[in-house]
Amino acid sequence: MGSLNIENVKKAFGPVEVLKGINLEVTDGEFVVFVGPSGCGKSTLLRVIAGLEDSTSGRVVIDGEDVSATPPAKRGIAMVFQTYALYPHLTVRNNMGLGLKQAGTPAAEIGRRIGIASSMLSLEPYLERRPAELSGGQRQRVAIGRAVVREPKLFLFDEPLSNLDAALRVNTRLEIAQLHRRLKATMIYVTHDQVEAMTLADKIVVLNAGRIEQIGGPMELYNSPANDFVAGFIGSPKMNFVDGARLGETAKTIGVRPEHLTVDPKSGTWKGTVVHAEHLGADTNLYLDCEKAGLITVRIFGVYNAEPGATLYATPDPAKTYRFGADGKVLK
Amino acid sequence: MSTATRSLPRSIGAHAILLTYTVIALFPVIIVIMNSFKSRAGIFGAPLTPPTPKTFDLIGYTTVIGQGDFIHYFQNSLVVTVASLFFVLLFGAMAAFALSEYRFRGNTMMGLYLALGIMIPIRLGTVAILQLMVASGLVNTLTALILVYTAQGLPLAVFILSEFMKQVSDDLKNAGRIDGLSEYTIFFRLVLPLVRPSMATVAVFTMIPIWNDLWFPLILAPSEETKTVTLGAQLFLGQFVTNWNAILAALSLAIMPVLILYVIFSRQLIRGITSGAVK
Repeated sequence: MGSLNIENVKKAFGPVEVLKGINLEVTDGEFVVFVGPSGCGKSTLLRVIAGLEDSTSGRVVIDGEDVSATPPAKRGIAMVFQTYALYPHLTVRNNMGLGLKQAGTPAAEIGRRIGIASSMLSLEPYLERRPAELSGGQRQRVAIGRAVVREPKLFLFDEPLSNLDAALRVNTRLEIAQLHRRLKATMIYVTHDQVEAMTLADKIVVLNAGRIEQIGGPMELYNSPANDFVAGFIGSPKMNFVDGARLGETAKTIGVRPEHLTVDPKSGTWKGTVVHAEHLGADTNLYLDCEKAGLITVRIFGVYNAEPGATLYATPDPAKTYRFGADGKVLK
Repeated sequence: MSTATRSLPRSIGAHAILLTYTVIALFPVIIVIMNSFKSRAGIFGAPLTPPTPKTFDLIGYTTVIGQGDFIHYFQNSLVVTVASLFFVLLFGAMAAFALSEYRFRGNTMMGLYLALGIMIPIRLGTVAILQLMVASGLVNTLTALILVYTAQGLPLAVFILSEFMKQVSDDLKNAGRIDGLSEYTIFFRLVLPLVRPSMATVAVFTMIPIWNDLWFPLILAPSEETKTVTLGAQLFLGQFVTNWNAILAALSLAIMPVLILYVIFSRQLIRGITSGAVK
């Protein structure tokens, strides 16, 4: 229980088409992440799944049942919002229990589920507090708890970590991953942060301008991106794109990830000058201005000392170089 | 306090301006209250001096309470003001919620239409309103006044409240929808408490003109049964003799309820006016 099918969903706000025909299949227990730049339609797609927006056309099927005309509360879903969206006038306990109470669940059952969820998220000491008396991280845990108690077929997360600071973000990410492992529930997660996508997902859906660019596992997207958009979006620092014509290649663009370049002070393929070096400890990012390739980023594992202005030669790993055609698609 | 942000001459200057303004604003009110405690000779002999043992007289208050049916007038005013206020806030907030929350064809036009009343004084339609009330048999009832004042207060209420409703987090409303709350529950339980400061602002701006209005009570409900305080005070304003003691006492008494309601709303009011200006 907990599969989701999206069939040719389109959404337009007046003349503006936000979703241009989305087809997607999510199997039971999968953790699917929608990722894409701002305005790509990922949040809108999540809202259509939740029933908070009506699609202009197409069907949303949850567990084999067409829910396109079902109100959000009856879809068997739970949602965690970016801004927590806790009810300010209710205690943590009542915040978590409200949905069940509305659905007419017996009080004993509500109490039992709140007990499980609050111990899972270590929220027991705060059950009688109001949201205003909690920190950001605690609030987001309450919001997750509110979703957990409903025992939904589908969990929907709308950028749940964006309002947290960096350290909390890592912790909460871990909690969400553990939660998924423990509940074995189907989860759909929207983010613009590719690190969250790579670390959490079983399956990543890359969206751009209302279209799905590629669907695949994190490593699949990293190793064999379908086009230049996915190649540039997945991976940090971003993949280097070099104009094929400047290198005398037939492909429109040549792509090579910063970590698939090696540098040498004496000889190599592309001669360049160091513009800037970022020392991160575990690795070093070098920005080279190359005669042939233009400005490229090189990621070196460990410490590498390079002064701005020094001359270095960068050599791409030929086995890990991508060739893109004029339409942006990868050339085999 | 640090001297960087405050200098004595500036501070004195600012206080002088503010104090002058306060004096100007309070002057008429104080004159009215002061003279209401004086005898007729005291009022005309030295209108600007406070009551002395010689001029002190409660004749005004005894006349007001003894002569006209003033308690009844007060009651009418209160019923009209509170009922109108209730309907203005209820319908204004509901319309504002619909305008800010739902996308529908003609949303902007509807918003403009509802705000139109701010620019057109309702008194221009007095003749038509009177004809309407005569036709529907509502002349000389408090209902007539409540209906007119509700209509008068709605445009500003819708205009102000819809701005504030737009600021209420969409996520919160959506969370309510996912938890199965009805739109009414979302409106009354989630949204209204969050816009309470702006409701108080609207309440004060709506309340004062209604309480002070003389025009519509005079035209629509001048009967003894339905007189409001402001109309009742006219009782003492004769063509040849004016009972100033009684008028001043009546006006002083009429200030009280507004003052009480203002105190109730004022804490919220200040938050309502400043919210948005400073985060």
